[in-house]
Amino acid sequence: MNAPDRAVDRATHVGTPTVRGEDQRFLTGAARFTDDVRFERMVHAAVLRSPHANARIRGFDAAAAAALPGVLLVATAADLGEVPVIPLRLAPLPGLDRFVQRAIAVDRVRYVGEPVALIVAESRYIAEDALDLIVVDYEALDPVTNIAQALAGTALVHEAVGTNVGSHYHVARGDPAGGFARAEYTRKERFRCHRHTAAPMETRGLVAEYDGAAMRVWGATKVPFFNRRLLAKMLDLPETAIEMIETDIGGGFGVRGEFYPEDYLVPWAAMRLRRPVKWIEDRREHLMATNHARETECELEIGMKRDGTIVGLRATVWADLGAYTRTGGGVAIARVPQFLPGPYRIPDYACEVFALHSNKTPVGTYRGPGRYEANFFRERLLDLAAADLGLDPAALREKNLVSAQEIPYDIGTLVPFEGPNAYEGGDFHSAYRQALAAIGHGSLPAKGAVIDGRLHGVGLACFTESSGAGPSESARIVARPDGRYEVYVGVTTMGQGHETVFAQIAADELGLPVAAFQVFHGSTSHVDEGWGTYHSRAIVVGGSAVKLAGAAMRDKLIELAARRSGLPAAELRVGAGAVLRESDASTVLDVAELARAAAEGDAEAREATHVKARFDIKMRPYSYGTHVAHVAVDPETAQVEVLAYVALEDVGRVINPLLAKGQAVGGAVQGIGATFLDELLYDEAGQLVSGTFADYLVPTSTEAPPIQAIFLEEAPSASNPLGAKGAGEGAIVATGAAVANAVADALAPLGVKITALPLSLNNLAASIRAARRRA
Amino acid sequence: MKPAPFDHVAPATLEEALALLVEHGENAKVLAGGQSLVPVMALRLATPAWLIDLNRIASLAGIRQLDTGELAIGALTRHAAVERSELVARANPLLASAMPWVAHTAIRNRGTVGGSLVHADPAAELPAVCLACDATLVAQSVRGRRAIAAAAFFRGMFETALGADELLVEIRFPAWPDGRRHGFIEIARRHGDFAICGIAATVERDRAGRVGDARVVAFGVVDRPVRLAAVERALAGTDGGEDALRSAAGAAADGLTPRADHHASAEYRSELLPVLARRALAQALTPRRR
Repeated sequence: MNAPDRAVDRATHVGTPTVRGEDQRFLTGAARFTDDVRFERMVHAAVLRSPHANARIRGFDAAAAAALPGVLLVATAADLGEVPVIPLRLAPLPGLDRFVQRAIAVDRVRYVGEPVALIVAESRYIAEDALDLIVVDYEALDPVTNIAQALAGTALVHEAVGTNVGSHYHVARGDPAGGFARAEYTRKERFRCHRHTAAPMETRGLVAEYDGAAMRVWGATKVPFFNRRLLAKMLDLPETAIEMIETDIGGGFGVRGEFYPEDYLVPWAAMRLRRPVKWIEDRREHLMATNHARETECELEIGMKRDGTIVGLRATVWADLGAYTRTGGGVAIARVPQFLPGPYRIPDYACEVFALHSNKTPVGTYRGPGRYEANFFRERLLDLAAADLGLDPAALREKNLVSAQEIPYDIGTLVPFEGPNAYEGGDFHSAYRQALAAIGHGSLPAKGAVIDGRLHGVGLACFTESSGAGPSESARIVARPDGRYEVYVGVTTMGQGHETVFAQIAADELGLPVAAFQVFHGSTSHVDEGWGTYHSRAIVVGGSAVKLAGAAMRDKLIELAARRSGLPAAELRVGAGAVLRESDASTVLDVAELARAAAEGDAEAREATHVKARFDIKMRPYSYGTHVAHVAVDPETAQVEVLAYVALEDVGRVINPLLAKGQAVGGAVQGIGATFLDELLYDEAGQLVSGTFADYLVPTSTEAPPIQAIFLEEAPSASNPLGAKGAGEGAIVATGAAVANAVADALAPLGVKITALPLSLNNLAASIRAARRRA
Repeated sequence: MKPAPFDHVAPATLEEALALLVEHGENAKVLAGGQSLVPVMALRLATPAWLIDLNRIASLAGIRQLDTGELAIGALTRHAAVERSELVARANPLLASAMPWVAHTAIRNRGTVGGSLVHADPAAELPAVCLACDATLVAQSVRGRRAIAAAAFFRGMFETALGADELLVEIRFPAWPDGRRHGFIEIARRHGDFAICGIAATVERDRAGRVGDARVVAFGVVDRPVRLAAVERALAGTDGGEDALRSAAGAAADGLTPRADHHASAEYRSELLPVLARRALAQALTPRRR
């Protein structure tokens, strides 16, 4: 036994603000994104996309394109043989599987941007030159471009199915009719949330290489294991012959990393050509080809007592899913009815749902799917009702929030593909009061108070938020002979800082500094199975797996040290790269030495230095919180300035306060930006009007308002050993609601009614004009 | 978003550039800062066979004051240089106050004054400033030089009086009289985006303190910057007080048929005109406000 010479890291890393280890490479240009993957003999793909919203393809003339020097491959559906169908990954609402997309258009295009041909050439320039040379004979058909047309069904997106209704279902809890029978006041409104999308900084991209036996695909993210399974089936390769490799990723937000047509076309071309093929989506393609989101209309009716007690809620929801059902299935639409009742005591509730298809880009999940929309609908209606009843909107919420005594609160079965759910723990009122206090609610100018010609308003929005989707996640920790540790996880990361967070979690279990760990993530070679990063699950589920793996390694090391030294395990602990004797901190077993022994064939040593763990999550964590916005509106120009914004959420356990704050500020800015700016607009012909960044506007640093991001840890989740709930989406989910309520509060003296997003200058000016004409 | 093939030529002198323009004519585009041209080439909305790159011609850039008091700005001068120029701040405060509204920082670092004027985007700030100041745009070709008044230069959306063989080489702003005041304001969806509506204004007062010469130019509203003659007339001779401003600005939309796009309806632009005209004039007429 060595002398007592070890400094034990007793710091608790979980909960300590920790600078991202990733920052160095991200901020110095050393990160390696998909476009940075380059190979000898690499060639470049470009996709010919439909210029029509709805058309038959009568024929192709690709001869000139194929003859262009430097062009290696021109492929249309006919060249692909049996064109594979891209199935749903999850959320199979009944009926949606009739609307799935093929990897390339077969005889028919159904949205502007749908892939109709693939070109591979020596450079992307030549590939785009070749795109211009392909002549497609289209017979244009009448498009379905909005929810009303989709419902009317005079034109059909998929004639063979015979309807534009992808899925139609009802959910309810309690006795909705009975609830409304007790109502002394009812109010019904129709609301609309606009189509927009995530617009990550890095667009999609893939590099695929096939050597005759093995396929490697760079650029995978979000769900690489699922995508590998799918690709293997489509290419008729064994799963183990495909490696999906995650590069650094410049943002995902739900839209990136799903299986899209290009995820088949590019590997297929690599297999065909036996050369590495790169495809990097450009921004124009991105806006028409990557999943859109959020286009939903809702007729919402609330029943109340005169004192503001909610007795019933009923709704009809219509969502425009675009031309096809993508891999995300019915996630976004199904979350609208799930989150419509929000954090309020509404025992009697019913919702009818129509998932509709149109000749527009298919939709998918985008950060806070369904929640942003649902919270806007409900919170806006609460303010309208409060005004009708002469009640204070804050008091109305206080009265109806589910109380701590009612938790766990059964929310029923509101999602067809899931079982019953409950809000698991916490004190909604506590969060609510702290959010109001943080912004100084009550002392702010509001209700249209005029200061320097601008009208001030304050808006509130309360929410609940689910996270941590199952079923499981696994992690592997390896102690190395050089004293460092490797952590392998099955979740992916798109820039959130998971490498740092997972190192923090492992460091606490093994009594080591964060820097001792190197985290490997996202590629299918690291662990046997992974589910991916979505539904704010990476830390909740993946982080828990790391914690279990760290704990398992600790236990195995102690057990081995006890066995070899003869000391009782209770007298040993792990720290500073060794098993130490509790009494004098002397080294009983050196982990690096053990790792060397493992490398030399010591099976016992290997077992203690190569540890796997899997965490199965059995219940769903629900976070909750409140957003408050203070705005000033110029009634002459319709300009809105967000003067202050509080985004408060109880996430159970904050692993890294620095990164959590970054998530919240970023989420709030993204959501507030979307509330004013982002909009995917289509004209009557189904053409995407806002198809470049000159027309599709995202918030920049200039537009970012001051955000106060506050996290509470009052209600650790019982669902996982960290006590964590997702922290990546709560800051976006109530932004539309809080901002719209604040703007409506400011403009209340003018009689302006707000029931639709976005609050663009033009839309808000129109609302003000309409109110002035009514007056 | 890769441009179609083109040939790139970067002459070292103005004379060579003018000769190349004659040689390639309609098949050529002139590259200055590239902030509008390169994106439309990337979208293949413009597919010139030749790109005549002016960036090696150093004599085309620079800011100087002439003996006459005129401010002369070379066409290749970057927006950022104008924005930071103390000479511009002294010699044409309206231009100086317009510069931070020209697009975004990265674009101002590369984009040029001449490029913006020749592009003639109806939402651009610099054409409006030129019109408000009666600037002269100096064009040169192998045939010689000519001076074009701003009022004659802008002919419509992306359309100018410049001939196919001509280059804009310099912009001259008349001397700024003592006592002239200015206002500049615009509304865009984000700061730096294309203006939905903007106003550039200059006002002088006579000895009695009454409003004398007033120039009020709207941009972003129709196909080119326009002087709001009705506002200018209504303002002249008044005391320039709040009531006079409100009354004069009320005529801002008279005779104009604003354009409509998905960022702003014609109605919204019509509503903004009197509001922004009043505010720009208030900036100009508020005592001691620069």
